[in-house]
Amino acid sequence: MEYTTQSHGDYAAIKKEIWKVTIILSVLTIIELLLGLWIFLKPDMNHTLKLILKGTIIILMLAKSFYIVAYFMHLKHEIKNMIMTIILPLTLFIWFIIAFLYEGHSYNNLKNNYDRQYNEGTIKVNKAEYKHDAAKPATQEAAPEPAH
Amino acid sequence: MSTALTAQTKWWGGGKSPVNVEYGKLMMWYFLISDSFTFGAFLITYGAVRFSANAWPDPNEVFNTFPFAPEGINAPLVFVSIMTFILILSSVTMVLAVQAGHHNDKKGVVRNLILTIIGGFAFLGCQAWEWTHLFHEGAWWGSNPFLNSDGTAGTVNFTNFFFTITGFHGFHVFTGVIINIIMLIMTLNNVFEKRGHYLMIEKAGLYWHFVDLVWVFVFTCFYLI
Repeated sequence: MEYTTQSHGDYAAIKKEIWKVTIILSVLTIIELLLGLWIFLKPDMNHTLKLILKGTIIILMLAKSFYIVAYFMHLKHEIKNMIMTIILPLTLFIWFIIAFLYEGHSYNNLKNNYDRQYNEGTIKVNKAEYKHDAAKPATQEAAPEPAH
Repeated sequence: MSTALTAQTKWWGGGKSPVNVEYGKLMMWYFLISDSFTFGAFLITYGAVRFSANAWPDPNEVFNTFPFAPEGINAPLVFVSIMTFILILSSVTMVLAVQAGHHNDKKGVVRNLILTIIGGFAFLGCQAWEWTHLFHEGAWWGSNPFLNSDGTAGTVNFTNFFFTITGFHGFHVFTGVIINIIMLIMTLNNVFEKRGHYLMIEKAGLYWHFVDLVWVFVFTCFYLI
């Protein structure tokens, strides 16, 4: 079927745009890593602050995916029909994510409330000893037995 | 190919592609939509299982070393950030190859495709090292040596999801490298030169960018949060 090739514009201008997007992606990645480092360096961090930092990381992740799809995959320069063909099916993810995470959370609450064994079955283990023991079978045998 | 783009174009009037892209490119996009639902299903299941557990291993304790690191070092995020930058840079060289193709610049296509292939192999090498390292720590499908962050015993869900999802992504990287090598051979044999356009490189490029895009999500879900 007939289609029109987009005007590709000036080679130099496009290259400039590519490098601009590269720098944006790198900067966003570095900010993500710094936030991750912050969470790592403060293990006894306030729970709310931790959630805010993780939420920020997710927003940065979505921003990065926008730049990759819009500029590297060139979707921003397609016509509106094409953009909608791709984006509208993906809105199903909004339901997908909310429904399944809600379900998982609800399942955990049910287990904690009604399954005494589950609630009390989480035993504290001595970290150093546990790691040492668990590492042994893997280094000695080719196929380690399931630990639990 | 000759119709001019005007505001009054009747896209649904028949006789022309209503989405204004060639057939192969549209099909590549449709494939990528379905692939994104496959990866989405994996990652959302991972999230649902994680939400249904009282505690989960801390990624900073699990992924805390890099090749040739001194014994006992605790350096999370270092190795995975190198892997991330390798993939971003290989995506950049890929988009440069696509643009060179638009301008029928064979030399540019070849140079940038070779750089992309090198980046792909570098990423696969990093992943192979990480898997080997984790395996020697005792982690594999069905075996989890790592404790939850609150000190309770972890479940095998953590390692099962990690190896399945990074493995599936690694398989995509591997396929992408193979596709890029085929594109390189076809370019060197002047297949596209004779055809008069390099649109095939664009389709391979879409796939490669998608692999990079998936890594953005996998990287965030497993290593950062």
